[in-house]
Amino acid sequence: MVLWLLILIPILAAPFACMGQQWSRYAPRWIALSAMSVDFLLASFLGSQGHSLRASGHGVWLVESHVSWIPRWGISLHLGLDGLSVILILLTAFVGVVAIIASWTEIQTRVGLFHCNVLLALGGVIGVFLAIDLFLFFFFWELMLVPMYLLIIIWGHAQRRHASFKFFLFTQAGSLVLLVAIVALALLHQQATGRPSFDYADLMGLTLSSEMARWLMLAFLIGFLVKLPALPFHTWLPDTYTEAPTGATIILAGILGKTGAYGLLRFTVPMFPEAISDIAPFVMGLGTLSILYGAILACAQTDIKRLVAYSSMSHMGFILLGAFAGTELALQGTVMQMVAHGLSTGGLFLLAGALQERYQTREMGQMGGLWSVTPRLASMALFFACASLGLPGMANFIGEFLILFGSYAVQPFMIILASIGMVMAAIYSLGMMQRTFFGQQRDARMAPDLSNVAFGTLLFMAVLQIWLGLYPKIVLTTARPVMEQLVQSAVASPHPTPSPSGPLLSSHIGTSQGSAP
Amino acid sequence: MTLQDFIALSPLLDLGVFSLVTMLSIACRRHHARIAILAFVSCLLTLATLPWAATAAPRAVTTLLVVDRHALLYMGLVLTATMVIIALSYRYLNFQFREKEGVEEYYVLLLLATFGGLVLTTAAHFVSFFLGFELLGLSLCSLIGYLRTRRHPLEAAVKYLLLSITASALLLFGLALLYFESGAMTFHGVGAIMKQAQSVPALWLGGLILVLVGIALKLGLAPFHMWIPDVYQGAPTPITTYIATVSKAAVVALLLRFATEVGVLELPPVVHLFSLLAVVSMVTGNVLALLQQNVKRLLAYSSIAHFGYVLVALLAGGLPAAEAVTFYVIVYCAMSLGAFGVVTVYSSEGGDKNRFEDYQGLFWTRPWLAAMLALSLLSLAGIPVTAGFIGKFYAIAAGVDAGLWWLVLALIGNSVVSLYYYLRLIVTLFDEEPAQATAPQGLPIQSRQTAGWTAAFSLGFVASIILILGLYPGPLMEVIRDSVSNLLMVAVQRP
Repeated sequence: MVLWLLILIPILAAPFACMGQQWSRYAPRWIALSAMSVDFLLASFLGSQGHSLRASGHGVWLVESHVSWIPRWGISLHLGLDGLSVILILLTAFVGVVAIIASWTEIQTRVGLFHCNVLLALGGVIGVFLAIDLFLFFFFWELMLVPMYLLIIIWGHAQRRHASFKFFLFTQAGSLVLLVAIVALALLHQQATGRPSFDYADLMGLTLSSEMARWLMLAFLIGFLVKLPALPFHTWLPDTYTEAPTGATIILAGILGKTGAYGLLRFTVPMFPEAISDIAPFVMGLGTLSILYGAILACAQTDIKRLVAYSSMSHMGFILLGAFAGTELALQGTVMQMVAHGLSTGGLFLLAGALQERYQTREMGQMGGLWSVTPRLASMALFFACASLGLPGMANFIGEFLILFGSYAVQPFMIILASIGMVMAAIYSLGMMQRTFFGQQRDARMAPDLSNVAFGTLLFMAVLQIWLGLYPKIVLTTARPVMEQLVQSAVASPHPTPSPSGPLLSSHIGTSQGSAP
Repeated sequence: MTLQDFIALSPLLDLGVFSLVTMLSIACRRHHARIAILAFVSCLLTLATLPWAATAAPRAVTTLLVVDRHALLYMGLVLTATMVIIALSYRYLNFQFREKEGVEEYYVLLLLATFGGLVLTTAAHFVSFFLGFELLGLSLCSLIGYLRTRRHPLEAAVKYLLLSITASALLLFGLALLYFESGAMTFHGVGAIMKQAQSVPALWLGGLILVLVGIALKLGLAPFHMWIPDVYQGAPTPITTYIATVSKAAVVALLLRFATEVGVLELPPVVHLFSLLAVVSMVTGNVLALLQQNVKRLLAYSSIAHFGYVLVALLAGGLPAAEAVTFYVIVYCAMSLGAFGVVTVYSSEGGDKNRFEDYQGLFWTRPWLAAMLALSLLSLAGIPVTAGFIGKFYAIAAGVDAGLWWLVLALIGNSVVSLYYYLRLIVTLFDEEPAQATAPQGLPIQSRQTAGWTAAFSLGFVASIILILGLYPGPLMEVIRDSVSNLLMVAVQRP
């Protein structure tokens, strides 16, 4: 029931946010803000439930809720929470708060409807991170699309029509492929046992012919890669990220991309271990290409939001790389990178949005020399640019380092290429700083600096970045049991993992059993 | 005929008697509201006889009709849809006929068409098949041309008349060929003889295909779809709604019974024909819908595509197919009632509102109406929380279960294409309002108008159906499973 609360708080708050507009312009903002804060507190309460969480893994859920829904198809309302979900839900709630704060001054029309859509989208995302019935997962997966679409089409910038269509069509096409694979799995379960089932645990235990597994894996992969987005499926990304209003961009880049990564970690990798081991080098190659391609294109951008969009794609490439490396270290790095990327891109998009709000342009050529005008904005931008380029001491560094380090043994050549992406990150990040905040000031207009609220939020995010950069253990230990399970399930892969994970896991089980009585 | 027969037949008898009563009361005194209420109550009372009839079902009444759960489920659908349409029609007709020149016969025709639909759902014999087909078609013909002073409805009526005649001619010829080869006229008898036959004679196959083409014409499957956009656009909007829902649902009910009892889907040529029809329908409907600038035409082309999806489900064969088809048709009726219902309500407040421009910024002036339209369109596009998603899920599941991978892939590709034009219309709803919408002071602005409680109530009903089936489809699935098992059960006593 607690898990349902996590989903229902934002969804039930949504209509109130919509109606709140009649009372005051600020009512919807406060309603949305408090709903997400309550969610955040609830999730951190669940996350702080001590060692029991750390011992949970696949099929061992810390909290679980199970109600039958559509018995005809063996579909149930089955939610489960483990370390991975906790981390991502905390991220969702936090980035959601940031997105609401980022829209505080930008959104002035139809405020109620805006926050209603934000809350619905966030509720859908939280549902995605909790659902362990595949039908329910798909349900939430689709649920977040419509509000996102409305956010872009109503409050977006000039090219919003084009961008929102592209967003919707791409993600929907990927989703439908995913749906067919999910249905096929359920029906295969029916063939094997006589009753259809969409339940994660049931489908995990299914034995598939290798050809079938390959096709289904491919469908799952495509569905999630579109959302991530990785190289051949990325074309919706720059347009959508650029044209969406700041709040929506933060949600898109900070959270929605993570649902794709989550899907890979939760479903694709553990469900089809053999098929994955065949295709892993290829997918890692896609990840490497995404890193380099995103970085090169980011260097070429003049539009600041587009630059951040491509850089975001580049950093998501690391996630893809790590998810398929098959070593525990790389997988842990992936989780870390998801959190770090959410924080750093969220911050960068917030700043880009703030710049656009002040100067009504996103062209860096027309900015320049803004350090003296808006010192707070500039210093925060410098900080987040550094975070994003992976300066040691920040969370991004931990994530990228762990991924590179963890997968070097598997694909040394690709990792060398991917590290070039980190170098290029320095080039475009610093280039962005140079063109926007240093040099000749092109626009003589005086613009207000960041408001106290926005500055405080960014400061808080910066503190989080540094904290996670210096003390990553909190994320790593929470995610470890799940990642260990992932590695275990991939034993059939031709890249067997180093043995330490075995004893580690058993010692964990030992301690948890010991602490139970 | 025994008492049990009468009980089983009570829905048909009830509606027949009430059609007469309605007609006679018009002869006594014309009063639009009173007749509309009478027609509504007729349907309601007929609906109320369904549980009673269910106590006698499954039962074959004479050789002509079979009343089983399958028939009763579709009867319920047909009657409910008719009730919604009657509720929507009242204001529309009031608007179209300012001078109050006899509009009451409209309701009699509507009841007769529904009566034809009920006959179709129970038909198990060539004669009842043809009678139901004609009763439905001819009543619709006059209904389409009901706004007799306008050009478009008359044109549409002529087109529909020609179509009806063609469909009937093909159908009759096909039925004659089947009779010639088998000597039987009941579906069951034809099927039984066919199963005994060693090889399928050519004439038989020809007859079967002619019958199926006649049905395809009525369902508007491509390439027999030419009439759909013109008739949909030209007909008065409530009647468009009626064609999209009641008429098609009844024909699908018949198709299901015909296909299962005759065993049509066991013949490879027919399966190939249907696969072709399915793909062509999906592609034609969706591609042509992309080009439309008229809401009714857009929905017309999308309906062609949707019946392509239904065919994919039907081709899966067996129990899951019949389930998926029934579920999809019920869902499709709800979505169409929603979408066309909004057009009806909106059109009954100031002329026909067909063009995209009429809907520009509707969300800001009439939020509820626009939300209803958006909900129906999202449902047609198959987005979760709406019934359309479950319907599409069912169709995909049936297709995957039968291993029809290519058809399923075609379905998916087409769904993505269809999203584009649904989104285009949804975007229009959220656009900035056109300038002329801000009427000068003193004039009633559009936003002040309300839909009227009958329309509001019926649209609310449809919206809740769409949402309930989207969120909690379990109970309906059980009912459908029940009815389908009834359809496939050949143990009905036949005299």
